[in-house]
Amino acid sequence: MNRNLAIVVLLTSTAALAGCKTTAPEELPPQQATVTPAATPTPTPTTGGPVLGTQGHFVNAVNGQNIIYFDTDRYNIDSADAAALQMQAQYLMQNAAITVTIEGHADERGTRDYNLALGERRANSAKNYLVGLGVPANRIATVSYGKERPVALGSNAEAWAQNRRAVTVVIN
Amino acid sequence: MKKLLVVFSLIFAAPLAAQDLGSAPPPVEQVEVLEDQGGLTGSVTDTSDWQDLGIAIAGFAADRDQPTAANASGTAALGKELARVITADLRNNGLFKPTGPDGLPQPSFAQVTAPEWASWTNRSAEMLVHGYVKAGADGRLTVGCYLYDVALKSELVRQGWVVPARDWRRAAHKCADLVYSRLSGESPFFDSRIAYIAETGPKDNRTKRLAIMDSDGANHRFITTGRSTALTPRYSPDYRKLLYLSYVDGNPRIYVYDIGAGKQTLVTQSSNPTFAPRWSPDGRSILYSMAVAGNTDIYRVSADGGQSTRLTNAPGIDVGGSYSPDGSKIVFESDRSGSQQIYVMDADGSNQKRVSFFGGRAATPEWSPRGDQIAFTHIAGDFRIAVMNPGGGGLRFLTDSWQDEAPTWAPNGRIIQFFRTERNSGRTSLWQVDLTGRNERRLDTPADASDPAWGPILP
Repeated sequence: MNRNLAIVVLLTSTAALAGCKTTAPEELPPQQATVTPAATPTPTPTTGGPVLGTQGHFVNAVNGQNIIYFDTDRYNIDSADAAALQMQAQYLMQNAAITVTIEGHADERGTRDYNLALGERRANSAKNYLVGLGVPANRIATVSYGKERPVALGSNAEAWAQNRRAVTVVIN
Repeated sequence: MKKLLVVFSLIFAAPLAAQDLGSAPPPVEQVEVLEDQGGLTGSVTDTSDWQDLGIAIAGFAADRDQPTAANASGTAALGKELARVITADLRNNGLFKPTGPDGLPQPSFAQVTAPEWASWTNRSAEMLVHGYVKAGADGRLTVGCYLYDVALKSELVRQGWVVPARDWRRAAHKCADLVYSRLSGESPFFDSRIAYIAETGPKDNRTKRLAIMDSDGANHRFITTGRSTALTPRYSPDYRKLLYLSYVDGNPRIYVYDIGAGKQTLVTQSSNPTFAPRWSPDGRSILYSMAVAGNTDIYRVSADGGQSTRLTNAPGIDVGGSYSPDGSKIVFESDRSGSQQIYVMDADGSNQKRVSFFGGRAATPEWSPRGDQIAFTHIAGDFRIAVMNPGGGGLRFLTDSWQDEAPTWAPNGRIIQFFRTERNSGRTSLWQVDLTGRNERRLDTPADASDPAWGPILP
């Protein structure tokens, strides 16, 4: 039942992206600064690298694809987003103890309330896609920051493209 | 699995223990209006264009110089301060050409009711303001305000108020309101307050604090400490409560802050994000927007809490909302047509109709307290403050800058306040513009400032 629903959601979001081209930002924004070296008793699968259960471990495992980007006022998952979310889903399926928050963001060229709603939409769009790929919904929280937390500081198209994003963050 | 659920319930349960509140500001007190002193109703000689009307505001006279908590130098010095506040009110809004008490003759107490006309006729001031201040034994102040027509040598209006010493500026604002209303025929607006968000820090790590101040920027006070982001405040019509958004529990949620009690509660018990709070004109209802599974709709809840009513259900973002002054209609924003546009519905959510059809996007509508206009943010490349009538006609742009947004009305519906964002730096400031669009000015704030919300005239 759950799975059927998930497929429907996945199909819906995939259908929504048809004919929409991707505008990937020129350069990737810096990694989340929220990485904390929380000491977990989980045995480390790798030596020297970040520990499972940390943001660093997740970001490494998905090749930095923990962030997806959106066009102005849009929230559909395009092919680049889908590829990134598939990597994230794979990681989450393999590490069943990991829970995440998806942070939805908007660029500064929107009004405040609308951007809060838009960020929520983007975070849920990413969440629905992950759920569609089989990640249990109760392992994914969402939060919208609207235009409150830009990563690119300029007021130009490149900066705005980097700020219209959904960031998947491991909950420690 | 069980462990996971525990983790999530910890995240989603609002930890109300987390607080971001500073010390509570004093509650608003009612100003006592003195019994009618036999005010007159003369006619104004100069009816050409009151925006160019010269007004001389002399220092208010003290019956005798007494100590007062309102001024370290006593009531005589306070009298001059009162006149300065009135002058700044009348000047800063581009309405008149006022001349302050410095450099003007100081009337004696007896001259307040019998001006010495000879010293006022040659000052290119058509109007003259006199007043007095007395300190009572209880520490309260009695302030009288008189407006005279210099050419007619007659009194136009007078009024008096009794205020606690700490509210002395309110007596000055009441006098400025009296003068403004008598000369313009408009409703008063100076004796009112503004809630807004004070911003500091770099663009990618802004500290945003809820703050309040008088309409002229005085009596500034922070409500939150800045530990968590605060956004979009709204004063209740009686000034006893503030609605605002806080990330204090990690998620965007609307809180109702009780100013007298210094405490706050969630507007609704829900794990969903809530934002864009608004009061109904009678203060009995609250509108808020809530996203459920990513879809945002507008809800109404009693100010006392209880069950919420969902007012919109279109697929798409329905957000904000501003009541018509009679409470019968709500103007709101929706992107159901593909982009942000303005819609009007009945207060129960029925009869939703789009009213903005002039190209570009239209956002953040606010119904004028007079009912005749809707102010909003027009987006077509740049963000500009504009007004239209409630049917969507009569579009007029009031500002022209890179990013002006979030208009809020003065209590009398003649002036609009908004915030302006500077390109690249992201710095923000509060501005006012009148309905002609000609008189625009920046409001002084101790830090950068956004999300202004102008309250009604104080009691």
